[in-house]
Amino acid sequence: MRKIAAVARKEFRQIARDPRTLMTLLFVPLFVLLLYGYALNFDIRHIRLAVDDRDRTPESRSLVAAFVNSGYFDLVAAVDADPKKAVVSDRPAATELMDRNDVRAVLVVPNGLGRDVRVGHRVDVQVLLNGDNSNTATTVMAYATTIIRTEGLRYAARAAAAAPAANGPGASIRVATPLVTVEPRVWYNPQLRSALFLVPGLIAYIAMISAVISTALSIVREKERGTMEQVRMAPLGATSFVVGKVVPYFAISLLSAVGVIVVSMILFDLPMRGSWLLLLAALSLFLVGALGLGLLISSVAETQQVAFQLALLASFLPTLMLSGFIFPISSMPRVLQVITYAVPARYFLIALRSIVLKGAGVAAYALELGALTTFAILVLTLASVRLRRQWT
Amino acid sequence: MNAIVVKDLTRRFGDFAAVDRLSFEVAKGEIFGFLGSNGAGKSTTIRMLCGLLKPTSGSATVDGVDVSRDPEAVKQRIGYMSQRFSLYERLTVDQNISFFGGIYGLDRTRLDARRRFVLDMAGLAGRERLRAADLAGGWRQRLALGCAILHEPPVVFLDEPTGGVDPVSRREFWRLIDHLSASGVTVLVTTHYLDEAEHCNRIAIIHAGRLAAIGTTAELKQVFADRTIVEIRTSNAVEAMRLIERAPDVEKTSVFGTSVHAVLKHGERDVDGVKARLEHAGVPVASIEPVPPSLEDVFLDVVEEAG
Ligand SMILES: Nc1ncnc2c1ncn2[C@@H]1O[C@H](COP(=O)(O)OP(=O)(O)OP(=O)(O)O)[C@@H](O)[C@H]1O
Ligand SMILES: [Mg+2]
Repeated sequence: MRKIAAVARKEFRQIARDPRTLMTLLFVPLFVLLLYGYALNFDIRHIRLAVDDRDRTPESRSLVAAFVNSGYFDLVAAVDADPKKAVVSDRPAATELMDRNDVRAVLVVPNGLGRDVRVGHRVDVQVLLNGDNSNTATTVMAYATTIIRTEGLRYAARAAAAAPAANGPGASIRVATPLVTVEPRVWYNPQLRSALFLVPGLIAYIAMISAVISTALSIVREKERGTMEQVRMAPLGATSFVVGKVVPYFAISLLSAVGVIVVSMILFDLPMRGSWLLLLAALSLFLVGALGLGLLISSVAETQQVAFQLALLASFLPTLMLSGFIFPISSMPRVLQVITYAVPARYFLIALRSIVLKGAGVAAYALELGALTTFAILVLTLASVRLRRQWT
Repeated sequence: MNAIVVKDLTRRFGDFAAVDRLSFEVAKGEIFGFLGSNGAGKSTTIRMLCGLLKPTSGSATVDGVDVSRDPEAVKQRIGYMSQRFSLYERLTVDQNISFFGGIYGLDRTRLDARRRFVLDMAGLAGRERLRAADLAGGWRQRLALGCAILHEPPVVFLDEPTGGVDPVSRREFWRLIDHLSASGVTVLVTTHYLDEAEHCNRIAIIHAGRLAAIGTTAELKQVFADRTIVEIRTSNAVEAMRLIERAPDVEKTSVFGTSVHAVLKHGERDVDGVKARLEHAGVPVASIEPVPPSLEDVFLDVVEEAG
């Protein structure tokens, strides 16, 4: 026990004296998260909007109000169609606003909207978007669509309330269809979507950098420097050495991963519907597996360069490509789909989402936890057999 | 019982025998030198004696413990230091001592006492907070030795401990080894510096995994008991060597600094003949006289005999 503590203390000291390792382990994930968090928050909350209301009826005004009241759009210019009041009087001016980047979106309400929706006719509302950042544009489009659709349903309800008596049987059919065309989209929270994308991504990054690469490199470095041989001459079992070596990296990667989750909860409204205990369990299993992989790599590689490349191949690429994190597994070729079963990140993602988003009970992802456990045990066994054989 | 007892120790890597039926014994408190060219099998032998490498056959005991049967018990009884002074460069002197003390299982009081001893011994007092990487070669070497003997092992293995260290530091280091030996510690040391071998009580010369010669320096020099070595000082050593190499009365020659050593087959009566031969060929001979065999002469001779 004292020996394990000595190894762990030494490792902590080495990490503490190496700013680069510390940076990549602790600060880079949080930094990336903060960067994205603030950038996304700012862009998406205050979209500068110009309105070209050519209708100027209660209906058109309520549509504009819906945009402003959504909290996502800031009305910065009214592109007024009325020649008498005109500040900017026609379409080219709206384009100009967009070109100067004074506004990111323009809402064009056609003349006759109020009249048409009152009698139940379909109306096209136009939204011009700055598409230079397609992610933001997609998000803004989704917002606009949702607002217009909601407003359209309100018109329809009003028209329906007014119509039946006057128009007879045919009218009810018309009422059932929304009176403003929208591209149907699911209402979703884009910030949450970003969090769902970033959090598993960053945890995968932590697992890769901290667990796999740092662990593998730190052991292979000792082989290269000859300190490994010196330590092997001591009455210190391979197990004590490995445990002492792995503890600091485990602690740091767990800390870093929990940090990412907590910050996401603050910045991205990432919910935490399940229990922290279960989350920590899943996280630990995943990280232990990653550490085991790092150990296994260190037992194969003789130089840091080889270790680094092996770690990329065995951890980074599969985690990114084959976990379902970027590309959905269901749309992969069958061969790749089969391979994904060997990628622990695949199971971790499912468990993470179940715990954080759904607050589901253990039963919902017991299989995934089992798979993570199996993976961890497998690599740890393999690694310890190999390392112990090399030890004496 | 002797501190180190090696009997028919053999280690094969595939078909290749890195250590081949090696047998020798080292008494307690002795400084035992291990000489041999690169790849002779010195490090391999030490690793077997440290319990790090399993012998293919044969046996060895260190401080009474069989190395193949109980390698862990051996590790507790030995200190090991390699040529690379394997310290943690980023850690301070103090942290290195704490770490090595820790993995040898020293408790706090003992570690503190030993820390003071090692700092004194290595002359590192006041430098505890320096990083190992910032120490000059001689200090790093002494710190490495200190870390290897924190747990007061009765037997110490030093594998080329003086590589890349300046002569003053080397002398200082050998003084430490003498101290260790005086306090009853058995020291087995490998080196390529033949002058260092003179510090050893006894020497083994290893060649191609086999024991080629063993004994005190005086005993080893007995191989030249019935031959004479002459040292020829000349301004043209290369030409001199070429000329006398195949002379009938010369057994062999070797370069020795700026002069040439020649082993004569029939003793001193050949000296004049050799001199005449050289001068006849126009090579000036500043001096030519018999010298006592150096360890280098012995080493070269023994290695050549061993084939
Ligand atoms: N693990 C190994 N696998 C294969 N061959 C090895 C191994 N270790 C050592 N050898 C070989 O065994 C021979 C003896 O090596 P060893 O390191 O014992 O020599 P040495 O006397 O210490 O040489 P040096 O003076 O260069 O340190 C060398 O030819 C080496 O290549
Ligand atoms: Mg060697």
